[in-house]
Amino acid sequence: MGYISAQNVTFAYENNEGEEKNEVLHGVSLDIKKGEFVALLGHNGSGKSTLAKHFNAMLLPCGGKVYVDGLDTMDEALKIEIRRRVGLVLQNPDNQLVASIVEEDVAFGPENLGIAPPEIRKRVDDALKAVEMYDYRLSAPYKLSGGQKQRIAIAGIIAMEPDCIVLDEPTAMLDPRGRDEVLHTIHKLNNENGITIVLITHYMDEAVGADRVVVMDEGKVLTQGTPREVFSQVELLKEHELDVPQATELAWRLRKEGYDLPECVLNSDECVAALEHLLNR
Amino acid sequence: MFVLETKNLTYTYGAGTPFEKTAVDNVNIGVKKGEFLGIIGHTGSGKSTFIQTLNGLLRPTKGIVLLNGKDIWEEPKKIRSVRFQVGMVFQYPEHQLFEETVLKDICFGPGNMGLDKQAAEKRARLAAQFAGLPEELLDKSPFELSGGQKRRAAIAGVIAMDPDVLILDEPTAGLDPQGRDRLLEQISGYQKKRGNTILLVSHSMEDIARFADRVLVMNAGKAVMLDTTANVFARGRELESMGLRVPQVTGILLTLQEKGYPVHPVLTVDEAVEELRLLLKKGDAHRGA
Repeated sequence: MGYISAQNVTFAYENNEGEEKNEVLHGVSLDIKKGEFVALLGHNGSGKSTLAKHFNAMLLPCGGKVYVDGLDTMDEALKIEIRRRVGLVLQNPDNQLVASIVEEDVAFGPENLGIAPPEIRKRVDDALKAVEMYDYRLSAPYKLSGGQKQRIAIAGIIAMEPDCIVLDEPTAMLDPRGRDEVLHTIHKLNNENGITIVLITHYMDEAVGADRVVVMDEGKVLTQGTPREVFSQVELLKEHELDVPQATELAWRLRKEGYDLPECVLNSDECVAALEHLLNR
Repeated sequence: MFVLETKNLTYTYGAGTPFEKTAVDNVNIGVKKGEFLGIIGHTGSGKSTFIQTLNGLLRPTKGIVLLNGKDIWEEPKKIRSVRFQVGMVFQYPEHQLFEETVLKDICFGPGNMGLDKQAAEKRARLAAQFAGLPEELLDKSPFELSGGQKRRAAIAGVIAMDPDVLILDEPTAGLDPQGRDRLLEQISGYQKKRGNTILLVSHSMEDIARFADRVLVMNAGKAVMLDTTANVFARGRELESMGLRVPQVTGILLTLQEKGYPVHPVLTVDEAVEELRLLLKKGDAHRGA
């Protein structure tokens, strides 16, 4: 069993009257290993955010089971333990920051866990260093850029020392530099601190750096594998309202016309190298 | 003549206080009637402040905004009518839906303009079409719609006022790739059919590259570039120094160009395929000879 294990999960949202159910997950099974970096893709309404909210007991399955580090999310008594292990970062950083000074914001989580003040001090400093925002510890969050705010939100999660962070479109509102900063930060946390990452994104180029890409469609897992395995299925992805990185599409289209290019290139560098190889022959 | 023009436009927050900050710094630009203008710049570059001066939500500290050749602040009491002519779709506009039905929500703007119920509904139905919102959704509660549909409903609410200029601030944030494409195709179709002017603020260089006729680049409150989309993205390295990027395919061909291959700058995957096809064919012919 994986660190996070979703087993045949079904889920339906209820309307206001508590009747008329709208099932959005139809039996999803997925195991995420400790230390893995998983990108979760899918069009709007495919069920990917709903699934991710099961990973820290924000939502509970209607059928099937979700285990986090072996703990059953249905067990109310384990909810706090589960949320200590899995933190959630959302799309809009402005909705996630609560304090008027950066370091106080980062301290909010560990304070709520009842941790002793000297330990909180240490955790806050470490967390801010991990996201490369230590120099801004005394700044006001509203003065920061979107990418910086999002990194503060991530620091607030890290200060609770989770095993896993689930990020739901953390870069949707950011400018290109902000996106790079956040991506750099989560890769660093994954590589250096061994934190398990589940990244939900609509930007295909962000998924390229993951260990595994999982594609959701209509409340089910459509396909999964390494980025190269998944992004080589250009037609399948397009049929399901998804996309591939532009570099991948360019090489794929030229290959279809008979040019000798690799089956799947993932980024600009690979694409340039493949084209050069072809042009110099 | 320009539909919108700014002369020495400057906006300073907290003027005269210790927190004084000039967000828009002496901007002189002209927006052509009927064009699709992309606006890019990193967070804090002054884009949002700039667009808010264009429809009179903010009054310039210095300089003027001309709408169809007329200073919008000439008669401050009539600034409301400027807001009908320059429609603004803010980020996450779906948070502003409030009526019982989608149709009523879209009618709110035209109703405010003084149109009677029948005329407002006629406009609302047409606007819904332009925004790509199916007819059968109009009688539903806005809260029953999906995220993408809500966003279309909110955009329809602004289109229903039939503005000369439509300004959209990050209209595709949070939409999936095909949702992004479809929404922008719809907006571009509306622009072409009605001959209206569109200003699109976006962090997605791919979207700007595909749809904009010209691009305005803002940096530190100044308008640092205003040129055709191809010319702006050909200056990839300069854009990078401002925290911006070029679309991935544009970057790939720029790199090939820097390495000495005779390729022209491109904006989309289609153009890149075309360009490389030519180059590869030439290579074949060369080898054949």
